[in-house]
Amino acid sequence: MATAVHEVTPEEASANPPAESIVVRFAGDSGDGMQLTGGQFTLSTALAGNDLATFPDFPAEIRAPQGTLFGVSAFQINFGSTAIETAGDAPDVLVAMNPAALKTNVGALKPGGLIIADEGEFGQRNLDKAKYASNPLTDGSLGKWQLLSFNISQLTLDAVKPFGLGNKEALRCKNMWTLGLALWMFDRDRQPLIDWLNSKFAKNPTLAEANVAALNAGHAYGETAELSGPMHRHHVPAAPVEPGLYRTVTGAESISFGLVAGAQLAGVPMFFGGYPITPASAILHHLSRLKEYGITTFQAEDEIAAIASAIGASYAGQLGVTSSSGPGIALKGEAMGLAIMTELPLVIVNSQRGGPSTGLPTKTEQSDLYQAVYGRNGDAPLPVIAARSPADAFDCAIEAVRIAVQYMTPVMLLTDGYIANAAEPWLVPDMNDYAPFPVEYLENVPEGGFLPYARDEKLKRPWVKPGTPGLLHRIGGIEKAVGTGNIEYGPANHQEMTDIRRDKVANIAVPEQEVALGNASGKLVVVGWGSTFGPIHQAVRRARARGQDVSHVHIRHIWPMPANLGVLLKGYEHIIVPEMNTGQLKTVLRDQFLVDAKPLNKVSGQPFMIAEIEAAIEKGLAA
Amino acid sequence: MNDMTPPNIPGAKTLPKDWETDQEVRWCPGCGDYAILKAVQRTMPEIGGRPENTVFVSGIGCSSRFPYYMETYGFHTIHGRAPAVATGVKLANPDLDVWIITGDGDGLSIGGNHTMHLIRRNLDCQVLLFNNEIYGLTKGQYSPTSRVGTRSPSTPFGSVDRPANPCAFALGAGGRFIARGIDVHKNLPTVLKAAHAHKGTGFVEIFQNCIVYNDDVFAPFTEKKNAGAAQMWVEHGKPLLFEGGSKGLALDHERLVLKVVDVAEGDWQAAGVIVHDQTNRGLAHMLVEMPFGAFPMALGVIFDDPAPTFESAVVTQNAEAAQGKKPDLQKLLSSGQTWQVEKEPRVE
Repeated sequence: MATAVHEVTPEEASANPPAESIVVRFAGDSGDGMQLTGGQFTLSTALAGNDLATFPDFPAEIRAPQGTLFGVSAFQINFGSTAIETAGDAPDVLVAMNPAALKTNVGALKPGGLIIADEGEFGQRNLDKAKYASNPLTDGSLGKWQLLSFNISQLTLDAVKPFGLGNKEALRCKNMWTLGLALWMFDRDRQPLIDWLNSKFAKNPTLAEANVAALNAGHAYGETAELSGPMHRHHVPAAPVEPGLYRTVTGAESISFGLVAGAQLAGVPMFFGGYPITPASAILHHLSRLKEYGITTFQAEDEIAAIASAIGASYAGQLGVTSSSGPGIALKGEAMGLAIMTELPLVIVNSQRGGPSTGLPTKTEQSDLYQAVYGRNGDAPLPVIAARSPADAFDCAIEAVRIAVQYMTPVMLLTDGYIANAAEPWLVPDMNDYAPFPVEYLENVPEGGFLPYARDEKLKRPWVKPGTPGLLHRIGGIEKAVGTGNIEYGPANHQEMTDIRRDKVANIAVPEQEVALGNASGKLVVVGWGSTFGPIHQAVRRARARGQDVSHVHIRHIWPMPANLGVLLKGYEHIIVPEMNTGQLKTVLRDQFLVDAKPLNKVSGQPFMIAEIEAAIEKGLAA
Repeated sequence: MNDMTPPNIPGAKTLPKDWETDQEVRWCPGCGDYAILKAVQRTMPEIGGRPENTVFVSGIGCSSRFPYYMETYGFHTIHGRAPAVATGVKLANPDLDVWIITGDGDGLSIGGNHTMHLIRRNLDCQVLLFNNEIYGLTKGQYSPTSRVGTRSPSTPFGSVDRPANPCAFALGAGGRFIARGIDVHKNLPTVLKAAHAHKGTGFVEIFQNCIVYNDDVFAPFTEKKNAGAAQMWVEHGKPLLFEGGSKGLALDHERLVLKVVDVAEGDWQAAGVIVHDQTNRGLAHMLVEMPFGAFPMALGVIFDDPAPTFESAVVTQNAEAAQGKKPDLQKLLSSGQTWQVEKEPRVE
C-alpha cells in the first residue's frame, strides 16, 4: 500500500532489496489458525513501524477435511522499510504446518528461500493425503531451498504441558509457537500479542497462559536452539511514512467506516440491508455494531429483499445501502433498475470474487466490471466507483454516498475479496478535512407547484419523505411522464426520459484523472483499476528506475469516466490494461475513447505479481 | 395525480373522495378491483387515516396498480418485492401507516419468500392479497392458487399442480392476523378496519373476480343465491353458524376435525356448535383449511392474536444498543491498536 509519501528514489525503486522487504507465508490446515497467526504477525509488524501488505488465501470450506490439499489455508505478508504496495510476489519464507501446506505453497517460494516445516505432521497418513510418494523433508526434493524442520507439534506439547490441556487443545497452541518463532526471526515485540492473548482468553486464563507459553517457547527456540540451518535474525528497519496516527485496516472495515462517515457528512440516517455472502458479510457485521451512529442494519431473507428494503428506506428518507458479491449483485439487478427509474439514492457495494456462478467464493477477481456498468435490463446507467486498496476504500465509500444523495441515484462501489480481507496500515483521517454535503428534503410546495420529477441544474429530482403534507405522490418502475412522474408510455416521453437518465449520470462531476506515477504523455502507460494498484505501481516504479518511459494511470471513477481521460490516454503510444478478468476495462476504454488498449489478464484467483506486469511492460515497449 | 394537489390540512376529517386521485383507473370494466378500491377509500376516513402518513406499496400485476389510485404516498415496485420494500419503509419511519397490495401471483409465487418472511417477522402493516386464481396482466395463465385442471394458455390440457391456500400459508408462516373478504361484499370495510386495528401484519385474502380470464370462479360462494349456504362469516365470541343459523360447525372429537351439524330451532349449543375464538390458532388452521363444498367458506376475521412487531423490536434494540454511547466518528476511526509515527522515521 502507499502510506509512504516521500519521493521514491531510484535506489529504492531498483528492486526490493532483501534487507528492506521480506515476504513470509504461513500455510497450514484450515483448522491450524493460520489466518489468526498471520493477522497477529501483521499487527506486530505494523507496531514495529514497517509498511506492509497482506494476502489471506483460504479455502471456501469452513473446516475442510484435515490434512488435505484443498484444506490448506495460507496468509502472506510483505513488510519492509520501503513503501509496500503488494503482498509480494514470491515468499522469502514459507512456514508449512503439514505436507499439504508444503505441497501447495512451496512452488511459489523464491529459490534459496527458507522453509520452516513441522516434521511432527509429516507422518505417512498426512503424506498420503498430500499425495507425496516419499517424505519431502528427507528425500532431497527440496534441494533448491533452505530447510529447517523440527517437531513443532511435540515442542508445543512440551511447552504447554504444565497447563494440563487435552492433547487436541494443546496442539491448537501450535500456531502461537510458530508465531513466537517468526517474531524472533524478524525481531518483533511479543508484548502486544501477550496482551491480546490475555484479553482474548480472559474468561479462560489457563488457555491464555498456555498460548503465551507456546509463543514464548517458539521465541526461545529461535533464540537458544542450536540450529544447524540458515536461520538468523532478520531486522527490517521502519519504513519512512507520513507522520500521524496509524492503525491497520481491512477493506471491509474501511468501507464500513466510510459509509458511516458519508452518512454523517450528508446528515442522514443509514439503513443497511444485507444478506450473508462471502466475502461481503464483514461489512454487515461491522455496521451491525454501530447503532449509536444512526444505523439500522437488516439481515434480509435474500439478496433481493436486501436491496428492496434499502430502496424502501431511501424512499422513506434514509440512506439505503446494500452490499454483496457477484452472485448476489446479479440477483439485485432488477431492483437497481427500480432505483434508477424512481431516482432514489442508494449505495450498492460489490466485494467481487471469482466467477461466474458460485465461482471461487474466497478468491479475488475483478470480473464484475461489465456487470456494474452494463448489467441491467434497459438503458440503466448508474455511477461506478472502484477502490484500489483497503485505505482508499474509505474515501471511495464517502464519494459513493456523496454522489448518491447529490444526484438521487444508485451508486455501485466496487471492491474485491483481496481488498476486503487484506490489511494495511492506515493514516487515520481527520474528519475535519472532509466538507459536509448535507441533504435537503423537499418539505413545502415550491413556487409554481410540486412536480415529483422536477429537476435542478444537475437533473436531480427532489427527495420527498412520506409523512410530508401537501407533497403526496406515487412513484414506480413504469416509465414516467417528464415532470409529473405519472405513468406514461408515449414514444417521445420515453425517448426524453431515457436521455435525461443518461445525461444525469454522464454529467456527474467526477475529479480529473491524475497520473499515479510518471508523465502525462509518453511511450507507454499502464492503466489499472481496483486492487491491481499495488503490483502495477511497483512494476512501473521499477521500469522507471531502469530509465524506461512508463507511467501508471489508475481509474477510480469507472462510470462516468473523468472527462480528461480520453485525451490523457491518447498522449501515450502504448496502453496496457492489467486486469484480473478477461479484459473488461480494456473493452470499455476502447469503446469510450477508440484507443488501442492492450489487455494483460489473469484469472487464477490470485493477485498479479509485479514480475508479470514488468514482463508485459518490456513486451509493450519492444512492440 | 402526482402534481398540483392542494395541500391537505393535517388533522381535518377526510371523506372517501379525499382518497381518490385524478388518475384514470385502468382496470377492465367490471373488475373486482374497483369494488376493493372503493372499500379501501371508504375505510380510510373511518380509521382516522391521514393521507400524508399513509403509504401504499405494491408489486406487479393488476392489483398492484392500486397505489396510483390512492391519494397517499405510493410505491409501485417490482414483481413480488413489495413486502421487502415496505419493510425498509417501515423500519426507516415506523410512524407511517403501510399497506401492501399484492395478488396471488405476486405475493405467493414470485414473491412468496418475501410474504413468508414479512409475516414471520410481524411487521406492522396490512397485506391485501387480491386472489383471483389467475394471472390477469399477462393474459390468463394459471396461478399458484388455481385449482387443479385449470385450462389456461400455459396449461391447455389443464393444470396439474395443487394450489396454495393463501390463509393457510400465512398462518403457517406465523401470521397473527388472518382474515378473508370478498371484493363486492359489504363486509369488506369491516375486515379492513380489523386488519388495520391489529398491531402487526394484518393478512387479508380478498376473493376478487377476474371478469376476463377467470369469471365466476368464486361464484359457488359469492353469488347471492349461494351466499347463505356457502358463506360463514365468523365473529369472535359468536357460534360458527351458517345457512341462516340452521347449520353450524362442531368438533368431531374422535378424529379431531370439524364437522357440519344441523341446528334445530336455534339451539346451537345442543348441536355442539363451536364458539369462535379468534385467538385459537388450532381452530384457525381448521377453518382456513376446510374443503369447500363439504364445508362453507370461512370469511371475516379468522385469527387475531397480536404479538410484538418487528419494527418496534428493531427500534428498541437500536436504542438500547446505542444507550450511553456517544457517536464519535473520529474516535471510532482511531480505535483498535494504533501507533504514532513521529516526524522523522525511526532509525535503528
